Amino acid sequence: MTDKMHVKLNVNGEDHEFLAEPRELLIYALREKLNLTGPHVGCETTHCGACTVTLDGKSVKSCTVFVAQANGAEITTIEGIGNPDNLHVLQEAFREHHGLQCGFCTPGMITRATKLLEENPNPTEEDVRFGMAGNICRCTGYQNIVKSVLAAASELNGAKEAAQ
Amino acid sequence: MALDSGKPKFKYIGTRPNRPDGLDKVTGRARYGADISAPGMLHGAILRSPHAHAKILKIDASKALALKGVKAVVTRADFADGLSGEDWNIQENCMAGEKALYDGHAVAAVAATSALIARDAIKLIDVDYEPLPHVTDVDAAMAEGAPVIRDGAADYSVPEGLHPNVVRYFESGRGDLDEGFAKADLVLKRHYTTEAAHQGYIEPHACLAQLGADGKGELWCCTQGHWYVRQMCAAALGLEVSQLKVTPSEIGGGFGGKTTVFIDPVALALSRKAGGKPVKLVMSRSEVLRATGPTASASMDIKMGMTKDGKITAASGTYRMQGGAFPGAPVDETTVLAFANYNIEHVHHVGYDVMSNRPKQAAYRAPGAPMAAFGTESIIDEMATQLGLDPLEIRLKNAVKEGVRATYGPKFPAVGLIETLEAAQSHDNYAVPLGPNQGRGVASGFWLNWGGDTSASVAISEDGTVAVTVGTPDIGGSRASMALMAAEAFGIPYENVRVHIGDTASLGINEPTHGSRATYASGLAVIQSAKECIQKLSKRAAEAWGIDPDAVIWEDGFARPSGPNAGEFEPMSIAEIAGNMSSSGGPISGHFEASPETYGGSFGTHVVDVEVDPETGRTTVLRYLVVQDAGKAIHPSYVEGQFQGGAAQGIGWALNEEYIYGEDGRLQNPIFLDYRVPVASDLPMIDTVIVEVPNPGHPYGVRGVGETGITPPLPAIANAIAAATGVRFTKLPLTPPRVLAGIKAAKNA
Repeated sequence: MTDKMHVKLNVNGEDHEFLAEPRELLIYALREKLNLTGPHVGCETTHCGACTVTLDGKSVKSCTVFVAQANGAEITTIEGIGNPDNLHVLQEAFREHHGLQCGFCTPGMITRATKLLEENPNPTEEDVRFGMAGNICRCTGYQNIVKSVLAAASELNGAKEAAQ
Repeated sequence: MALDSGKPKFKYIGTRPNRPDGLDKVTGRARYGADISAPGMLHGAILRSPHAHAKILKIDASKALALKGVKAVVTRADFADGLSGEDWNIQENCMAGEKALYDGHAVAAVAATSALIARDAIKLIDVDYEPLPHVTDVDAAMAEGAPVIRDGAADYSVPEGLHPNVVRYFESGRGDLDEGFAKADLVLKRHYTTEAAHQGYIEPHACLAQLGADGKGELWCCTQGHWYVRQMCAAALGLEVSQLKVTPSEIGGGFGGKTTVFIDPVALALSRKAGGKPVKLVMSRSEVLRATGPTASASMDIKMGMTKDGKITAASGTYRMQGGAFPGAPVDETTVLAFANYNIEHVHHVGYDVMSNRPKQAAYRAPGAPMAAFGTESIIDEMATQLGLDPLEIRLKNAVKEGVRATYGPKFPAVGLIETLEAAQSHDNYAVPLGPNQGRGVASGFWLNWGGDTSASVAISEDGTVAVTVGTPDIGGSRASMALMAAEAFGIPYENVRVHIGDTASLGINEPTHGSRATYASGLAVIQSAKECIQKLSKRAAEAWGIDPDAVIWEDGFARPSGPNAGEFEPMSIAEIAGNMSSSGGPISGHFEASPETYGGSFGTHVVDVEVDPETGRTTVLRYLVVQDAGKAIHPSYVEGQFQGGAAQGIGWALNEEYIYGEDGRLQNPIFLDYRVPVASDLPMIDTVIVEVPNPGHPYGVRGVGETGITPPLPAIANAIAAATGVRFTKLPLTPPRVLAGIKAAKNA
């Protein structure tokens, strides 16, 4: 067994410190050390996106990031995006527009969508389809996922306009 | 009671409320198979065969056991002896005995204090293999001289003289084929093949198991059917079934692939070997693709005769289905459903269940039906083109309806094929003009649906809200459907119902969420349980009023006197009766147990437009329409969701998805990079039309809708590509290289 290293992460606004093997993957540190089981593991090869988190402002598949690489990073998981008492607009949209069937891909989808809407606040349907192409859903045919993201975008833009 | 009088008018059924588990699933709170942990838990890992076919001469785990943190190693010796039939098949598939039968077959497993140590440890297990000749192709596996997977596996149905890899034979038909073909103006014969596809659920199999030396155990796992899991695990480990309690977690997709077990018995064996410590076992994606159950691959010969005005005079089909190293490929479903859409006088089907060195196939959404539809709906389309007939008209001319005797025997009750064809015909999508390199394809499909063992329970709480317990895991929103049906039956708000998925100790046996049965069968059980509650609630009101229970009616959540003759009493609400439960005779609950057989089949018709790039052979789906009979849509959004999801999976199977085995018998594409399922940018919006021809066998008219949607896409896409390119493709999937080669070959011909 290799020596363990000291890792510091800021996750969902809270500082965490722990020991980890350098080969340990970020997703398992989040799930097993910090008990954040919202991000899921679907493929371990970056293709399905169920493990998507935001790492230092970028959408990242946490199944192919070593926790050592993430040392010192700021990370947001689905648990940091909103909670049942205070849902993020995207969470509300996925719920209202039935943007899920089994729900397993949903945390990664929503986490990715938060960044997509920052990158492009006025996406077309095609922008959403390409912007979410790194997240696989096997249940829905993506229909209601795309609708949910578009609805959240228009909701956020409406709120922005109202504030101006 | 109002439920039984005439055509029901609905207050809640047909609305689209948010699902009860939505909050948990959008916030990451829902707990799936791998999200459950226990104190003192160990982690498991499985060593898998790198050979397609090999004798296991010796397994030496001493180095693994010497690794710090390793607590147990199990091999087949740690499972029960003396099993037979499907129990043996499942046990053998979960852990190899004398031979490894496919690339990825489990040969040993480790439990250790961390998942990383467990993965390190399996690499330290030495296995002596003697590689044997292998075969992975269905036609090759039936041919003379093919390696024998296992002698003596064939059942009574197999005629003499066939290769021992043919383990089941199925034949059915009616009429006289010669007579039927003689009446035809056009007779066509074609050979079609489809490759194995995986269900592709995003959640890999995962479980947490605990089993003591006393034979008492608990298992938490993601499954479509925990009673099946309980029975299979108990058999594999030699336990009494009732000593094992299985609790389903939330499930991240299944599509048939989670109706059986792959790792659960292994985790239980590890726990027992490790002194009863809980063991978590989670598959990787490559393990899922290599060693769980994809669908069968198929090699099919279809012959059809047709008059020049489009009447089918005769049809025959031979179906060779490869189901991996065990019996079980869906030959009966394939043959039974092959021509079921059509009223054909002379028809004959033959099916072969063929073993090969591949993983044991499992159910995948309408098992066998998509392959059968690919043959039938492709040949009909080609004949329509040759005869210059409209493909929907030709289907309407032959479509089955109520009273027609099905090609598989019984007379059809009320069914909705004609309604789906007419709705497709009048839909805007069918009239959109097409450009160059574009083509339109249509196809219809059918799934029988299923009832099966069903047990449900409804309990009235002290405040008049209702707890519903069903035994079918919620895989796509069925809690919402159950709550809507209970709300409708009681006449109380949807929000006042909470639906639970019971564990194996809390209800009688239940079949899984499969066969499109959950909304139909569990729904029926919930309605019947609610009726029993309503009878009891009405009786309590009658007793309070001192009148005959027959003089009480139940309406909108209230007991009322049935009329002036019954007496003048203020209506009594469910909350009021429930509040007095304890002092008026005790708890009120209702139960239902049965194996209902009044399921109604669901027909669907799909229309797809594609564009094929002649330079690359790449197919783009431009628009897609699903029309399907739901009987009655309880929650229309989730019915549409099933239509769209089924179509998307079928599009993947038609265009990209396939199991690719190398000459060495190893799976070459065991990750999502190469096993390419559709992503958002591959698909357009999928338009849907819900047809409602009520199922007379369900109180609210429900038909199962989950499976039919994957049946038409394979031929619909192929037919559209034929229309776009002028080239007929008979081998799936229609990947760009294959389509490009077909276009080039046609040009050079």
